[in-house]
Amino acid sequence: MRSDGTRPAPMFLKLAAFGGLLFLHVPLLLIFLYAFTTEEKSYQFPPPGLTLKWFSVVWGRQDIWDAMWLSVKVASIATLIALVLGTCAAAAVSRARFFGRDYLSLLFILPIALPGIITGISLRSAFSMMDIPFSTWTIVLGHATFCIVVVYNNALARFRRTSGSMIEASMDLGADGFQTFRHVVLPQIGSALLAGGMLAFALSFDEVIVTTFTAGQQSTLPIWMLNELIRPRQRPVTNVVAIFVVAVTFIPILAAYYLTREGEHTGGAGK
Amino acid sequence: MTDSSGVTRRVSDALFRHPLWLLVLLLLPPLLWLGVIYLGSLLALLLHSFYSIDEFSGLIVYEFSLSTYAELLRLSNMDVIIRSLMMAIAVTLGCAAMAFPISYYAARYAKGKWKALFYLLVMLPLWSSYLVKVYAWKLILAKEGIVSWVAEQVHLTWALDALLSIPVVGGPSLSISYIGTFLVFCYVWLPYMILPTQAALERVPGNLIEASADLGANPGQTFRTVILPLALPGLIAGSIFTFSLTLGDYIIPQIIGNSSYFLGQAVYTLQGTAGNIPLAAAFTVVPIVIMLIYLSIAKRMGAFDAL
Repeated sequence: MRSDGTRPAPMFLKLAAFGGLLFLHVPLLLIFLYAFTTEEKSYQFPPPGLTLKWFSVVWGRQDIWDAMWLSVKVASIATLIALVLGTCAAAAVSRARFFGRDYLSLLFILPIALPGIITGISLRSAFSMMDIPFSTWTIVLGHATFCIVVVYNNALARFRRTSGSMIEASMDLGADGFQTFRHVVLPQIGSALLAGGMLAFALSFDEVIVTTFTAGQQSTLPIWMLNELIRPRQRPVTNVVAIFVVAVTFIPILAAYYLTREGEHTGGAGK
Repeated sequence: MTDSSGVTRRVSDALFRHPLWLLVLLLLPPLLWLGVIYLGSLLALLLHSFYSIDEFSGLIVYEFSLSTYAELLRLSNMDVIIRSLMMAIAVTLGCAAMAFPISYYAARYAKGKWKALFYLLVMLPLWSSYLVKVYAWKLILAKEGIVSWVAEQVHLTWALDALLSIPVVGGPSLSISYIGTFLVFCYVWLPYMILPTQAALERVPGNLIEASADLGANPGQTFRTVILPLALPGLIAGSIFTFSLTLGDYIIPQIIGNSSYFLGQAVYTLQGTAGNIPLAAAFTVVPIVIMLIYLSIAKRMGAFDAL
């Protein structure tokens, strides 16, 4: 497929590519540095001194724990809903041709293709029209809406790689639909679902734009951070939380990456 | 197969014999969710844009009128729309320019382990916290921050000052200027551009490029006539994200930028503190219309296959 790479990359291409990667990563690394700074009033660089004090400050802050707990709760429920709905949708779209199938894909993409603020404001006005008070569930409602597409994409890609003849064989051999699903379909799509679910979790755990409209007075971890960004109190505390958020989102992403990659190998890689 | 008799057996047999039922059963839950909750509230919002607000009482008048849209055409409101559009275009072009070399290198030169590493190095910033990224740039661009410090170390403070003194895009410091806003937007959306572009470039057969060279094209000609047209669907697919995300974002310009409004901020303020839901709704129609036009063009250019 690709050229044999006998010719090395031109110098300017190398520079541009690696420069671009540096551009993507240096800012994230700086967050780590600033979590240890002794300066709490400004963003002075280089930091005048280094300290571990902020980690213990964060540990003792109840507001941060509360925000984190809410975020975990919302992300878990939203992921579960997205897993069920996204898999259903992917199964339907991959297995059958029917009227309006292309528009259906568009409908699933819409919540992430349209700016998040539109999702946010329309949900909020719908809540206020129907007198629904803000709660954990109003946040979940918004998050699940844009998480579905992540699971859907992952599951659809896997469904397209697996062949329907396995399902037919299973049914021919006397398994009923539920047994077939449990013993044939689920093992095939399992890792794709796990990957999709983890990405959905990361997406929800980090979401702020839709959440500002659906949370009311509640504060998820990103909302807490947003408030700190607008009205900073102890700046290094925000950095420690930022590191934590990065860690929480990195682990599922790395795991999802390895899961889908292995799936490609075992799936026969016949794209 | 002991438990396969009974109800479950009959249900599953029925579903297998009537694929349409199964299809309906599978499609109904996601369609209900997205159709009722998402589209429903979206339509309710759009409906609001045809109402107007009473100037004296500040209450919503539930009568069909186009006066809210007329208000949208006011100079100050058009300003917001044009500013957001220009920013979205600039950010999309900036992202495309930065993404192309990375995608090209990853698609054609990176092999094996390096390729996996490249992919991860793009994925990690894509999925890492949006707010953390914005926050990192606050640290970098602040007046006492890193950019100023580096400029001082290499004696380029004059260049930074010159950049900041450019009218319109400049400002008192990078974190309070359009240049800063542009940089942060580019940074935050760059991975969204890299991934589809790389996917499109992966599909360009290597022998096509060799053929082009054999037939006497120089590298520039090969790039313009072979690589770029084939990569275009990928670039357009990426631009859907960069364009749409920039249009709707209200957090980045609020934290990094001068205080002039972008679409997202206008909507946010109008529905929140101002309580003018009709105008906020009319404002949201603008990105929806722009994005629908954009999506239909993208679909025609084959960008959906590159997603």
